[in-house]
Amino acid sequence: MISKIISEEKTNIIEEVNLASKKEAGDTIQKLDKTATMYTYASTEKGNVKVKLKLSDEKIKKIQEICQLFNNEAGELINVLHQTQHALGYLPAEVQEVIAHSLNVSTAHVYGVVTFYSYFTMIPKGRFPISICTGTACYVRGAEKVLEEFKRQLGIVVGETSADGKFSLSCLRCVGACGLAPVVLVGEKVYGRVSPDGVKAIIEAYKDK
Amino acid sequence: MTKVTSLADLKKMKEVLDAERAKYTKHLHVCGGTGCHAAQSIGLDANLKEILADKGLNQEVQVTMTGCFGFCEKGPIVKVVHDNTFYTEVTPKDARDIVDEHIVKGSKINRLLYTDPVTNEQVSDSQQMGFYKKQHRIALRNCGAINPENIEDSIINDGYLALGKVLTQLDAQQTIDIIKKSGLRGRGGGGFPTGLKWDITSKVTADQKYVVCNADEGDPGAFMDRAILEGDPHSVIEAMAICGYSIGASIGLVYIRAEYPLAITRLKMAINQARELGLLGKNILGKGFDFDIELRYGAGAFVCGEETALIHSMEGLRGEPTFKPPFPSVSGYLGKPTNVNNVETFANIPVIINNGAEWFASIGTEKSKGTKVFALAGKINNVGLIEVPMGITLREIIFEIGGGIKDGKKFKAVQTGGPSGGCLTEKHLDTPIDYDNLVEVGSMMGSGGMIVLDEDDCMVSVAKFYLDFIVEESCGKCTPCRIGNKRLYEILEKITQGKGTMEDMERLKNLSSVIKDTSLCGLGQTSPNPVLSTIQNFKEEYLEHIIDKKCRSGQCKALLHYDIEAELCVGCTACKRCCPVNAITGDKKQPHVINQDICIKCGACEEKCAFDAISIKLEKKIHTEHGND
Ligand SMILES: Cc1cc2nc3c(=O)[nH]c(=O)nc-3n(C[C@H](O)[C@H](O)[C@H](O)COP(=O)(O)O)c2cc1C
Ligand code: SF4
Ligand code: SF4
Ligand code: SF4
Ligand code: FES
Ligand code: FES
Repeated sequence: MISKIISEEKTNIIEEVNLASKKEAGDTIQKLDKTATMYTYASTEKGNVKVKLKLSDEKIKKIQEICQLFNNEAGELINVLHQTQHALGYLPAEVQEVIAHSLNVSTAHVYGVVTFYSYFTMIPKGRFPISICTGTACYVRGAEKVLEEFKRQLGIVVGETSADGKFSLSCLRCVGACGLAPVVLVGEKVYGRVSPDGVKAIIEAYKDK
Repeated sequence: MTKVTSLADLKKMKEVLDAERAKYTKHLHVCGGTGCHAAQSIGLDANLKEILADKGLNQEVQVTMTGCFGFCEKGPIVKVVHDNTFYTEVTPKDARDIVDEHIVKGSKINRLLYTDPVTNEQVSDSQQMGFYKKQHRIALRNCGAINPENIEDSIINDGYLALGKVLTQLDAQQTIDIIKKSGLRGRGGGGFPTGLKWDITSKVTADQKYVVCNADEGDPGAFMDRAILEGDPHSVIEAMAICGYSIGASIGLVYIRAEYPLAITRLKMAINQARELGLLGKNILGKGFDFDIELRYGAGAFVCGEETALIHSMEGLRGEPTFKPPFPSVSGYLGKPTNVNNVETFANIPVIINNGAEWFASIGTEKSKGTKVFALAGKINNVGLIEVPMGITLREIIFEIGGGIKDGKKFKAVQTGGPSGGCLTEKHLDTPIDYDNLVEVGSMMGSGGMIVLDEDDCMVSVAKFYLDFIVEESCGKCTPCRIGNKRLYEILEKITQGKGTMEDMERLKNLSSVIKDTSLCGLGQTSPNPVLSTIQNFKEEYLEHIIDKKCRSGQCKALLHYDIEAELCVGCTACKRCCPVNAITGDKKQPHVINQDICIKCGACEEKCAFDAISIKLEKKIHTEHGND
């Protein structure tokens, strides 16, 4: 059973797997063709695997509708990506393929744009995405120590999602609340003047949700 | 809403709104900026309104949720307008006292007043606060004074009058001439004369031109543009329309960071309200001028603040810069003439039109006119957003407006210009700040980030911090920037780990000059500045790291160690039990010892020891078995 989808390649096992959370949404996992170049990473108890998602028809329709909203114009690619990420939470390879097809551009072009911008993610975020501000004002007031503490307590690195799918960790630069530095965001909630000692309480607040 | 179809209509509307407003005898302004939002100002606003309604005072007292007051450090802020009282750190619970004591009985609430960190006295009148006394708010004129979600509030404060004046009394060239004469220069970093840019774009003939507002705000410690868009979006909309009229464009585009949800919401609201009133759209104020605005979203790439990259990004491509010329003024969005200006630049335009070029040019220095907004942050008492006349000194900003250094520490440096700028020191404190002076002393104005550093900051680490940012944000198109900055970073990393050599100093300088000379865009051309300016002003700190293997501020972990003072240690074993890597040994009631080869310098033992026996030593521990390394 897949417990989380992660960013880094650690092994190259290719196998058929069953992704419970995705199944609910009607997607299925396909065995990966050895020649496939675009894939999604998933981690299982056996290690990390490359998989290919087969998107549900419903989801494909949803993506196509978004593209239609922008008249399938290639120049609107970034707007399409924003909307799609907003709707689905992330932009895995298979979603990019649908977009490329609709806008009549190559998948490589879409992939090039997705990977250029840090706002776009190919890994699903946790239910409570945690972002640590590492802007200059927060940095000089100790953001790095706060980040270290989050990494330690959650057992994940920046860009990863916790095994239970609850938390993900990312950094961002200046959220405009420098007066409250160092600043941490959980979802849209802003926590100010966070010290390493305060990290535990923040995580606890979401543990049972 | 009925449409406003002429300037007379607009003026009439303002009169009606003024009269309506005059029915209220008292006004309360509650800050609704990002900082205060985070500190529960929404609950405060709701409580105030509820309590006033309960007492039947809601026809007399108006509560307005405004944009940022700039004084976020002490937020949430409430201003009682009729007597200028400035309350800080107000909680939702304080709403009752504000109504019962202040509004009803007229007595100020002492516990909510601001205490000046310099004189230790309570100040109730905001005009007497050190933070505001030397400020001159032009671009921020409406931030903290109006409700940004209601166009009527903007119109009461002269919103769209400048557009009306331009459309009815001036032709395009006359408008451009006013901006030229005002001496306004671009606030996005480069400082290019705004009037001249408009003039160039207006002279290119094309079937379609574009006005672009750069709201990408990439400097990682700055939020000037965000505060303007959240606090006074109409001033930017009005200015873009004025620009459109001047250069002959009917479409405006705002390129805004997707990470700014509140600014996006308010900007969208403002655009819709302006459309409803007919202040955007076809035949504005009956003068045959068409103009409308669309949003485009940035997606977290610093380089997209550079204008050619920004334009590519708006076209749906990777945001990579291209060589100039051609400048966007000639060939920009979709190959058409495009005038790109920064948010703050635009926010100045309506006031210049209303008050005149001479008025604006009378503020500031010879070559830098007007004011500049800075995001003042770091080790300073009053963190916040400030707007000061050009020509003010760093000393005035840091020690008067900023209230001095936090916790009584010693001032060390101030960083301006973000990742493209540099660090200034004690000896620059009295330099009048303007575009040219800052460049002369090795930094730059940049978009307005101003980070104050104290004795606890390591300057090599600060340079490393910016390089880390640059390495992450370089678009990778040209080699000197992509590879060179990575090498710079690695050398700095080496130095902070105590492995640097004297040759590394030369390497840093040589590599920096190659990167500056050969990079394609402004990002690469300025990226070595943080390194060069820290080497120039803090050479001794670099040398300490390299020769003495010492970091005087204790920031570089590799260069310090934890030590147990045998005389103070009572052998309680507390430290031994908390050490995550079992680096501490010792028997009960005997002095304990830290094994430096195992210790990961987490600091847990120091906090645990109740007898202050454990302390940080600044030099690298010299291992006996390796000799002096
Ligand atoms: C790497 C880089 C990043 C930039 N980031 C911004 C930015 O975030 N906001 C901005 O207004 N200008 C930014 N600029 C400057 C723009 O290229 C452009 O000069 C400016 O938007 C023009 O407007 P102005 O004349 O009103 O300042 C950046 C330039 C470079 C080279
Ligand atoms: S200087 Fe750097 S950011 Fe600019 S184009 Fe070259 S690689 Fe890209
Ligand atoms: S905690 Fe302090 S007193 Fe106790 S053993 Fe450790 S160093 Fe000694
Ligand atoms: S600093 Fe941390 S690792 Fe080192 S001895 Fe103390 S507790 Fe152990
Ligand atoms: S740097 Fe963190 S909020 Fe501004
Ligand atoms: S957000 Fe309230 S003062 Fe800045």
